Amino acid sequence: MTSSGPGGGVRRRGNPVVSALRSADDWRLSRLADMRRRWQAIPRLVRIAFGVALAVFFYLLPNLAIPLIPTPDTNFASVLFTVAVYVLVAVGLNVVIGLAGLLDLGYIGFFAVGAYSVAIFGSPASPLATKYPWLMLIPIAIALSMLSGVILGGPTLRLRGDYLAIVTLGFGEIVRLVAVNWSITKGQIGIPSVPAPPGHYPNGSPVFGVIDTRPFYWLALSVVLICMFGVKLLESSRVGRSWLAIREDEDAAELMGVPSFKFKLWAFAIGAGLGGLSGALFASRQGFINSNSFDVLTSMLFVAAVVLGGSGNLAGVTLGAVLISYLPERFRGFADKRFLVFGIALIVIMIFRPQGLIPSRRRAVELADRRHEAEEEATANV
Amino acid sequence: MSEVDGTPLLEVDDVVMRFGGVTALDHVSFVVHRGEILGLIGPNGAGKTTCFNVMTGVFKPTTGQVRLNGAPLVSRSRHQITRLGIARTFQNIRLFPEMTALENVLVGADARHRTSVPGAVLRLPRHRREEREGRETAFELLEFMGIAGVANQLARNLPYGDQRRLEIARALATGPELLCLDEPAAGFNPAEKERLLELIRRIRDRGQTVLLIEHDMRLVMGVTDRVVVLEFGRKIADAPPAQVRSDPKVVAAYLGVPGDAA
Repeated sequence: MTSSGPGGGVRRRGNPVVSALRSADDWRLSRLADMRRRWQAIPRLVRIAFGVALAVFFYLLPNLAIPLIPTPDTNFASVLFTVAVYVLVAVGLNVVIGLAGLLDLGYIGFFAVGAYSVAIFGSPASPLATKYPWLMLIPIAIALSMLSGVILGGPTLRLRGDYLAIVTLGFGEIVRLVAVNWSITKGQIGIPSVPAPPGHYPNGSPVFGVIDTRPFYWLALSVVLICMFGVKLLESSRVGRSWLAIREDEDAAELMGVPSFKFKLWAFAIGAGLGGLSGALFASRQGFINSNSFDVLTSMLFVAAVVLGGSGNLAGVTLGAVLISYLPERFRGFADKRFLVFGIALIVIMIFRPQGLIPSRRRAVELADRRHEAEEEATANV
Repeated sequence: MSEVDGTPLLEVDDVVMRFGGVTALDHVSFVVHRGEILGLIGPNGAGKTTCFNVMTGVFKPTTGQVRLNGAPLVSRSRHQITRLGIARTFQNIRLFPEMTALENVLVGADARHRTSVPGAVLRLPRHRREEREGRETAFELLEFMGIAGVANQLARNLPYGDQRRLEIARALATGPELLCLDEPAAGFNPAEKERLLELIRRIRDRGQTVLLIEHDMRLVMGVTDRVVVLEFGRKIADAPPAQVRSDPKVVAAYLGVPGDAA
């Protein structure tokens, strides 16, 4: 029992470093499962209060002078905003990869659609010059990115596994190439004066200005919390169950009455909508976008955030997104090498913890059970 | 055996299924009557599972038609057929391994539900009603199959027998008129087989019709009202079990194989 690796991988005996790392990780996992059990034993009201306190802490984060956490070289609130956008991306991509099990490598495409929607329909410098107000741009961005998700998913969701991954990878590139070459998106020149959310202080200066980025962070954080709540609601419903069933065994799911195509398309559309929303926030904050922001490498970083943290688990993907967006800002010297470092990190994770840093509840519960069984067996044998 | 309501529930009508040069089903026709337990037997490779796959929409037959309550099923999608009232289990267990037993059954119960994304996000009354009903159905079925105690365990961690029973519970949760069991007793010991037999009878007593693929001859003879025998994709017999047992063609094809039959 003890010799079977939790991930089902082969456990090589004899390498002391590997086995030490593994047992350290096993220990960490058992602590995690322990924490989860204890957390679930706490009364609901206390848990809600704790969640609220945590949210308040995150809202106050840019105002608190906690040592070591703030970034030395960059405006901390602006980094926090970027982190929040990455978390939103991870939450959306998690619906597609973690829940429905569809490997989407072109997620940046939806991010770009959202960002360009805000720029094209809102900026006075865009060739369309429609200059819609910001509050209208957000629904437009979400709608257009969801639509692009449906357009991409309609014909391609009949593909499985690797084939879907290749097609989505192509989609991301198509969106980027369109952005580079289309007269309306203006390629490298880009679109300036992307509108920011409305609002002015009594003295006339805008709330969502360039100097104080905290309002942007608070806005993004609020959006993240709302979207997480929404995804949680979906998870605990017929929709979430259908996604899991499709991920586990699509044929069996179909034969149990799950309209798999419909729910895969929903997963794609919701993922795309969240990706578009994060792109829209990103563009509003930047004030300027061009085609350079939407390359394949960033798309890979998005996938890395989900897989690194623990695909299928909201806490996990949040941690993954935070690591991937915060670390390069905290340690600037590391920023240039981040693809190298995250590449290595991914390989290490895949070897030691294929389910990610915080595996989804199912895995964790299962591991806890197995330990429990092993203990029982041991006592029985004594 | 108890009385069988004579109306046809499922009609397999002159079905031909070819895979390249291989004819897996060769003009097969038979009827499943409402309320009966029909056995589908035959030597390995006779086309029993192919027949299941054609009925449940996995394969589209080369020619022929399958009807449920008179409604044609060919070219309907798999989930539609399930919702029309056919549920099945698999020869090789195909549960959702990373979901709990309860969640597995809930997925089956969801076949009767209609809540989609808007209903789930807004927690509309229908969502709440369906969740409550689904849970009740699921617990009741887990109870019925005698595995309520493992409701919260992951399917992959269940013992083999419980996995088989869970598959039946999941299929029953879709609310089928016709339950198709593909070798449900495979790997069971005699005591477990006896319990399964009892269960199949009780499923029929709930008002469901059962179509049973089985290798174990004693099981087939003990529980079925009628038996259809396939050999090399052709139907060679369709009669009550006692009669099939003495049919020389069947004996030659199947029962006569030394060391195999009961």
